[in-house]
Amino acid sequence: MKNIWILAEQDAGEVKAVSYELLTRGLALAEKSGRKLCAMIFGNNISEDGLNELIARGAERVVAVEAPELEHFLVEPYSVCMLDLIKKYEPEIILAAATTTGRTLMPYVAMTADAGLTADCTELDIEDETGLLLQTRPAIGGNIMATIKCPEHRPQMSTIRPKSTPEADRQEGRAGELIRLRAPAEASKSRVYYEGFEPDTEEMNLQDAERVVVVGRGIKTQANIKLARKLADLLGAALGASREVIDRGWLSYPHQIGLSGKTVTPKLYIGIGVSGAIQHLAGMQTSECIIAINKDPDAQIFHVADFGIVGDLFEVLPILIEKLKRGEKIC
Amino acid sequence: MRIAVCIKQVPETKSVKMDPETRTVIRQGVQAIINPLDLYAIEAALQLKEAYDAQITAVSMGPPQAVTALKEAVAMGVDEAVLISDRAFAGSDTWATSYILAEALKQLGEFDLILCGERATDGDTGQVGPEMAAALDLPVVTYVNHINELEDGKLKVSRLVENGTQKLSMQLPGVLTVVKEIGEPRLPTFRGKLKAKEIELPGFDLESLKLDKSLIGLKGSPTRVVKIFRPEVVRNCELMKAETEAQTVEAVDAMLAFIKEESV
Ligand SMILES: Cc1cc2nc3c(=O)[nH]c(=O)nc-3n(C[C@H](O)[C@H](O)[C@H](O)COP(=O)(O)OP(=O)(O)OC[C@H]3O[C@@H](n4cnc5c(N)ncnc54)[C@H](O)[C@@H]3O)c2cc1C
Ligand SMILES: Nc1ncnc2c1ncn2[C@@H]1O[C@H](COP(=O)(O)O)[C@@H](O)[C@H]1O
Repeated sequence: MKNIWILAEQDAGEVKAVSYELLTRGLALAEKSGRKLCAMIFGNNISEDGLNELIARGAERVVAVEAPELEHFLVEPYSVCMLDLIKKYEPEIILAAATTTGRTLMPYVAMTADAGLTADCTELDIEDETGLLLQTRPAIGGNIMATIKCPEHRPQMSTIRPKSTPEADRQEGRAGELIRLRAPAEASKSRVYYEGFEPDTEEMNLQDAERVVVVGRGIKTQANIKLARKLADLLGAALGASREVIDRGWLSYPHQIGLSGKTVTPKLYIGIGVSGAIQHLAGMQTSECIIAINKDPDAQIFHVADFGIVGDLFEVLPILIEKLKRGEKIC
Repeated sequence: MRIAVCIKQVPETKSVKMDPETRTVIRQGVQAIINPLDLYAIEAALQLKEAYDAQITAVSMGPPQAVTALKEAVAMGVDEAVLISDRAFAGSDTWATSYILAEALKQLGEFDLILCGERATDGDTGQVGPEMAAALDLPVVTYVNHINELEDGKLKVSRLVENGTQKLSMQLPGVLTVVKEIGEPRLPTFRGKLKAKEIELPGFDLESLKLDKSLIGLKGSPTRVVKIFRPEVVRNCELMKAETEAQTVEAVDAMLAFIKEESV
């Protein structure tokens, strides 16, 4: 039986939470198409608890492929493993997260497997008449949504935008099959070598954050950024910025949100002195709740916001910060 | 060292239209520019040229107008440029595009390094770099933000990932896709512009590339766009004025209440 597979990700042997978002997607498709949901995961010494967690959250079969050379993501060893599983199990569909891993591995594999691949999908469905996977994704900076399918080539592959769906719940007592495999011999061949990792010194990962505070050019000087940082700290939010701020060197590039930066989908986005240029909106308009503070009542950002304050940020922020400091509860 | 830089011409405006028949982007009438993210790939190539004396070839697959993008690359300092163009290529998805580009690169001879942008701002997939690497059976490193040194045929690079920076080295030949941190793209020089004016651009088409017709264009594309629609943004913005201090306090209170209510 040709099934629906997700590519679960691990870090240092622990299953990453983004994998559970894929299970949510997979479960919906499995139910609609009457297929089974399976998960594949590549790594070294992957925690048994993590693998069981995948089962508890919906995978009926988990295949873990392990070898020392799979400890860190390297495209060649990982693609050898995925291609091997494609041959063994002939998946109908493979879903991966649109992370730096998924967006590298999936195209590398799709090319070799002669499969169709759709990037960064935000919606998935099964077409009633044909049973084909319908993949919907924003294109052209989020101005257009396109639905894409892959009529003949198999597997049908997609990368899914992280945070575009909640994590699948765990259900005690869910049964599933756990298969542990050694990696095929060719997986030891890589022309890329892992040499180390430097974690971000910055507070938290922008794309994982549930709340982000974003500064725009309205903040006026680099020194003023500390105002926004203070707000972010009080809210437990990550700090992001528009391109204007990055180009002026007030914050480093990993903070940039938008077309040529990161796409974020937090629960709460707060834009401060951000005008809401279309290229910026491309990276944040799918946030669950958007708040904007801008002195220009006609600023574009208000068109996508749920709540807005028209005013001078240098008046608003001190009061806001003061209130939060005094422990005004909002959580 | 021989370096190829793959650049795509994309529509300038954000008001692009789609053809309802073929469901592909209509390019007529919209000003075309080099994909802004590909300028960083060109910059990376030029930096390597300064350090290691490289010969750089810019390559673009697209309609005849893509020559403008290639000439701009020459004006920036790229040594030569090749246009890959044929009506039969229209409608290619990333799979077919990568196949065509890979075949063209093979015909152009051995490259030590192939550079791509992170993604094209129109299609927005970022798939062509890794797909082309697979088609050429080359290693690839994506999201590269620094190219350090070349040592024993290995290029040391760092790669920007979700929670930090990976240090990697890649055996050449190989493919890199680069991000913005690689360096501010330089402007065209006067000499470069002169050269761009005069340069003859060799071209490739279906015939000269001896491509398998079943693998190109719409027919060779595994994916099909079946529907295009405008996303509906249904947001009702509650706007509060904060002109006086009293208003500001009120607005801030309302904002905090809003966050609480939405429990975000
Ligand atoms: C190819 C391309 C890619 C791009 N990619 C990105 C991208 O990834 N991300 C991105 O952000 N941009 C991107 N841009 C740039 C984008 O077009 C805008 O220039 C940018 O987003 C504007 O940043 P901003 O809102 O900070 O600045 P501005 O547009 O200058 O807006 C500043 C805002 O601050 C407000 N303001 C000023 N003073 C105050 C005050 N005291 N109190 C309250 N409000 C105040 C103003 O009313 C204004 O609305 C891209 C552009 C191009 C061409
Ligand atoms: N038609 C093309 N011609 C040359 N290079 C391309 C073309 N399409 C994509 N590329 C390269 O592949 C990268 C990723 O593009 P994409 O996968 O379309 O987002 C771009 O930044 C270019 O470097």
